[in-house]
Amino acid sequence: MSEHKGSMNRVYGWLLLLPAMVFLTAFTYYPMVSTFFVSLFSDGTATRPSVFVGLENYQFLLEDDIFWKVLVNNLWYAAGTIPTSIAIALMMAIWVNNRLPARGLVRMAYFTPTVLPMIAVANIWLFFYTPEIGLFDQIGSVFGFPSQNWLGDPELVLGSIIVMTVWKEAGFFMIFYLAALQSLSPELEEAAHLEGASRWYIFRRITFPLLMPTTLFVTINAVINSVKMVDHLFILTKGGPDNASSLLLYYIFEVAFSFLDEAYASALTVVLLVVLAIVAVGQFTLMDKRIHYR
Amino acid sequence: MLKHLSKTFKRTVLATAMVLGPVTLASAQQVELTMYYPVAVGGALTKIVDGLVDGFSKENPGIKVNAIYAGNYNDARIKALAALKSGKPAQLSVMFSIDIYELIEQGAIVAFDDIVETDDEKAWLKKFYPALMENGITQNKTWGIPFQRSTIVMYYNKDAFRAAGLDAEKPPATWDELVSAGKKLTKADGSQWGMMIPSTGYPYWMFGALTKQNGQTLMNGSGNKTFFDKPATIEALQFWKDLGSKEGVMPKGTIEWGTLRQNFLDQKTAIMWHSTGNLTKVKSSAKFDFGVAMLPAKKSRGTPTGGGNFYIFDKTTPAERKAALKLIRYMTSPERTAEWSIKTGYIGTRPDAYETDALKKYVVEFPPAAVARDQLEFATAELSTYQTGRVRKLLDDAIQAALTGSKSPEEALTSAQKQADRLLKKYR
Repeated sequence: MSEHKGSMNRVYGWLLLLPAMVFLTAFTYYPMVSTFFVSLFSDGTATRPSVFVGLENYQFLLEDDIFWKVLVNNLWYAAGTIPTSIAIALMMAIWVNNRLPARGLVRMAYFTPTVLPMIAVANIWLFFYTPEIGLFDQIGSVFGFPSQNWLGDPELVLGSIIVMTVWKEAGFFMIFYLAALQSLSPELEEAAHLEGASRWYIFRRITFPLLMPTTLFVTINAVINSVKMVDHLFILTKGGPDNASSLLLYYIFEVAFSFLDEAYASALTVVLLVVLAIVAVGQFTLMDKRIHYR
Repeated sequence: MLKHLSKTFKRTVLATAMVLGPVTLASAQQVELTMYYPVAVGGALTKIVDGLVDGFSKENPGIKVNAIYAGNYNDARIKALAALKSGKPAQLSVMFSIDIYELIEQGAIVAFDDIVETDDEKAWLKKFYPALMENGITQNKTWGIPFQRSTIVMYYNKDAFRAAGLDAEKPPATWDELVSAGKKLTKADGSQWGMMIPSTGYPYWMFGALTKQNGQTLMNGSGNKTFFDKPATIEALQFWKDLGSKEGVMPKGTIEWGTLRQNFLDQKTAIMWHSTGNLTKVKSSAKFDFGVAMLPAKKSRGTPTGGGNFYIFDKTTPAERKAALKLIRYMTSPERTAEWSIKTGYIGTRPDAYETDALKKYVVEFPPAAVARDQLEFATAELSTYQTGRVRKLLDDAIQAALTGSKSPEEALTSAQKQADRLLKKYR
């Protein structure tokens, strides 16, 4: 009888898992496996059928200057966007968590960039960055700064895009921090006050450690976004000038849909997947140790 | 019970009719065509296309046309090729004129020479401007029929010309005149530049104009060889770079395609090179007197053509091909071409369209419309080769590298040529 019950439980278990499993398999695992297979073949056309080439696509990848360039760009982009947007989000959250006049309005103002679609944001910022007639150049000219070709100068373009991304993302992360701050119990802070701790000490030793689970969540999101968000490139720079602002995913799109080279695009995708998997594992194992879960 | 049965029966009949419908109707000489078309510039274009298709349907009740708007040129190509793979292809499509080699390599399209039969149909292939046919002909066959086509023209601010002491009715006709006019038009305080040539988005297209003016094309007619490292090509890129870095008549670095029109309308630049596709917008927004001129010459005048062609897909029945041909002939007839050109600003694709009363009148009322037509005499094909996406990017990157100063024009173009050779070797 109990054996029967156990096997029934197992069936229930599998049945409960089934819907998620079907969808994950169909839309995540199968595409991953098939991407890997496609990456082992040459790109086929009607006149030149696809053949097995082993690791040739990966070989080409090692020699592909543009790949290395977009990879390095992506690292700078991640390094530029992740810490900055998290720090700004935290500051904004602490700021709007205080009792301010018109607090709702300030919170909404900070959150607005998040609500806008990336394409719309990029179209607005395209005109901010335009030399001579753009917002930044017009503000700069008041203070006597010379006009800058923000998106047309390889030295400036990636930085310009990082600034826009931080502006777009910080408000989103702020919401998570704000929610976390409001769930902290005020007793700890009051007790620390009684002990005569400074505000900075309270933040450093009490508030920030208690926010660590949120920080982990936000960091993972920021990392994912730094490889996932490329919409703005279509509007702002198309990866130019000379690939100075191109990112890995944008390059994959170009290879797949502009060059129609499915095989090489698959190889690039596999590399992206591996990198992301390593980052995710690293994040969980390293940061988990330092996180205090209640 | 009986009622239920009859209901089921009805449903079955209905379903069968729905499945078999097109087949049985086709045998009764009803042909159904699906046509994709892209819109590259404005939204109102979809209505104009729908209007043309409606006109065709009225004249040809036996042919049903589903015209499907398919996004921009890139989207249209992706959709058409995806439909082909899924086994439910369209019969015809308007796609980028430079997609020709890609489509041939994929075995996607059929040459018009294999469809035309009568002398009248054969003669029709010769009715278009030769410059517009260049991107549609390879391997001695015609694969694409010009439809929504444009060129680059020079827009200039006549008020700014007058203010700088230049003759507003004599826009620069040579590179030297362009530079000297540019110097007069550039204001020292940076409030107005002499000229801007956009170098993002489609740098290779603008560059095609400069090289043609310097007596050089960018590729051969078989699409398997590029001429990126020819001395005249390098010279053209040097000239482009010098406009910014040496002559100081244009901003340094790259110039954004998307915001250039606004720069011109805000009078931040006195001259811009841009697609004829901007004509209508500039006409309605400019608060100053502006002119449109042919691009200037070094050895000769020159511009690449641009835009979309009609293609007929390979996976079609003979009846569908005939119907598609009929549709394309209708859409490109002189009267329809004139109507299309007036409403959109695209070039009339054939000389006899300019003989129609409508277009004759329009050209008199609005002379800039004639500039693009007259310039066709000096036009050449837009860069298009096998592996065209990759080859185009090689050139785009080389141009941007030279303009931003990270490589010399010679260095950038020689390396682009080397890589293009590697890609195209297998097609020779």
